[in-house]
Amino acid sequence: MGLVIQGGRLIDPKNHCDQVMNLLIEHDRVAKISSRAIEKKGHQVIDASGMIVSPGFIDLHVHLRDPGQEYKEDIRSGTESAAAGGFTTVCCMPNTRPVNDNETVTRYILEKAKKEGVVHVLPVGAITKGSKGEELAEIGKLKEAGCVAISDDGWPVMNSELMRRSLEYARAFDLVVMPHCEDKHLSEGGVMNESRSSTEMGLRGIPCQAEEVMISRDILLTDLSKSRIHFAHVSSEGGVRMIREAKERGVPVTAETCPHYFTLTDEATIGFNTNAKMNPPLRSFKDREAVKKGLIDGTIDAISTDHAPHSPEEKEQEFDKAPFGIIGLETALSLSLALVRENLFSLSKMVELLSSNPAKILKIHKGSLEEGAYADITLFDPEAEWVVEGAKLKSKSRNTPFDGWKLKGKVKYTIVAGKIVYQG
Amino acid sequence: MGLKRKDLLTLKELQKEEIELILDTAVSFKEVGSRDIKKVPTLRGKTLVNLFYEPSTRTRTSFELAAKRLSADVINISNSGSSAVKGESLLDTAKNIEAMNADMIVLRHASSGAPYILARHLKSSIINAGDGAHEHPTQGLIDLFTIREKLGKIEGVKVAIVGDITHSRVARSNIAGLTKLGAEVRVVGPPTMIPREIESSGVTVFHDLKKGISGVDVVLMLRLQLERQGKGLFPSIREYSEVYGLNKEKLKWAGPNALVMHPGPVNRDVEVSSEIADGLSSVILEQVSNGIAIRMAVIFLLSGGSPSS
Repeated sequence: MGLVIQGGRLIDPKNHCDQVMNLLIEHDRVAKISSRAIEKKGHQVIDASGMIVSPGFIDLHVHLRDPGQEYKEDIRSGTESAAAGGFTTVCCMPNTRPVNDNETVTRYILEKAKKEGVVHVLPVGAITKGSKGEELAEIGKLKEAGCVAISDDGWPVMNSELMRRSLEYARAFDLVVMPHCEDKHLSEGGVMNESRSSTEMGLRGIPCQAEEVMISRDILLTDLSKSRIHFAHVSSEGGVRMIREAKERGVPVTAETCPHYFTLTDEATIGFNTNAKMNPPLRSFKDREAVKKGLIDGTIDAISTDHAPHSPEEKEQEFDKAPFGIIGLETALSLSLALVRENLFSLSKMVELLSSNPAKILKIHKGSLEEGAYADITLFDPEAEWVVEGAKLKSKSRNTPFDGWKLKGKVKYTIVAGKIVYQG
Repeated sequence: MGLKRKDLLTLKELQKEEIELILDTAVSFKEVGSRDIKKVPTLRGKTLVNLFYEPSTRTRTSFELAAKRLSADVINISNSGSSAVKGESLLDTAKNIEAMNADMIVLRHASSGAPYILARHLKSSIINAGDGAHEHPTQGLIDLFTIREKLGKIEGVKVAIVGDITHSRVARSNIAGLTKLGAEVRVVGPPTMIPREIESSGVTVFHDLKKGISGVDVVLMLRLQLERQGKGLFPSIREYSEVYGLNKEKLKWAGPNALVMHPGPVNRDVEVSSEIADGLSSVILEQVSNGIAIRMAVIFLLSGGSPSS
């Protein structure tokens, strides 16, 4: 029995499609796409009228906390959260316990994902052993075991020589390097954006320059190494500007940002709200506007979530003690749709940011829907309203600054390899 | 009319009228402190807990005396004796204290915003007795009270706050209170000690001590946290004290009969010379006695008391 998706508006930027289409899914593939009715007999039918049919979203940056911190999230809950947010593929960062710096951890993640995961999980390996920034991890082995990229994420490689070598070495395996850009000396002790708000709250600030110094360094090192680099969660005006300039010069850089950076500013932390504490921190109004511009003009290629679950006990601490990070998988679509509603860009462009561009960055055969394509599909109703309730999300954690927000745009079906894994 | 709020967390959140109410109420409580029998029965049967995660002598004692003079029962819990050393979270500790029916918790904590956690989760009134570099509202009120008492007014008074503004909760509370009551506030210190966009709180920034204190009515010297040397904020205590320390000669730059204040404890010959510190002592000690009156007023008003009763 196949699955017929009938009457939805198919948006597939890679194939320049934006019109009402009917799809037939057989096994794990798209068997047929047609503007004409598809024979329903013997098939399960989804009436998708009023819905958008999109290639499944791909999140380049999540933390599944598995292995090691399963009380925050595990592969099952994390992928259920992804499915509820319309993500059919997630790239999980290596800062697990132990760090994913060797093929054993990579295999553990992949095997568990196969058994318990409801969406595809693509591991990101560490750049350096233990992400300590001292010596290269076995990057070749990581790739062989299934890693699709490398990153030391929150523990950026401070040593520029080592960063140069890791960029060069990754080129041998055609792996994209995804740095979290932060000069750890400039940001030391900082817990939020350095700004009027940090001054008023007496909290140690992290200046934008902590991010920008490293983006600038890594652009220069990419010049030198000719490797592929993808900047994780860009949050600042200067960062966007430098990436734009690098792209104009033809440096092979790509970049992502997260919904919170184009939705919120550091004022969300006022009152010592630890659910607005993440790294990089929420920035100023002008940074937020620059991030939006970066999305509009293509400087920023992708929207990721940096889904970072933490338990309520961890977040209900003193602001400086609470860990950095917020969950984001289940709110990303609605927050991205808000930009479409602001007329900043089209729905098709949004699908590029959430699906086809991330696939391109990873060089994987996903992010489009043509006959014969893998049937990872997201169906959503862009107009449906809902209220975020932290406790009702699929994630094990509830550390979201959007708790109580009334949002527009809801995932109706998430289909992974031809199977419905979520129905909203 | 009393204070219509459960907690006192900052001076920033108080209305001008609320600040004036506290100051006026403190005037009558100051009188109680000068009596033979320094006790009123107002808060008999109420319990106040001093929960101090940072060492403090004067603030803790001051709150204790203030509560006792109002006939409340007082418990002191300090960091070393508390279960924080056993790893209990702040919230858990506070919930336990509340379960013992504490009416009021006075919290001193090294983390900015710590009292907010208690205020959000507990029914007890929370008084912030200093949180990180954020605020120290009762100290700010003491300084306002002292200025008003000495100079007869606050509106239009020129005040220079000198020192490490970035890390000072006393500075933040003073800035909030003074600007609300119409004083002209300047902050003076090296750029490494002046936090970003502090101008937006209504102050003028000076990096030159002479210009900064020129013609002011009040010089409020902040305590230099000596452990910050070596963190890139100032090269040495010697240089700091030469450039930003106050002595008799430099004090002449200020207005005639300028009042010199210090929240204490003083680093003699660092931020103020000994001659100044000793000349100062009358004000410093007065700040301490005023402290009890201010805290009595705050405890009283947060307990629902009104000045007429």
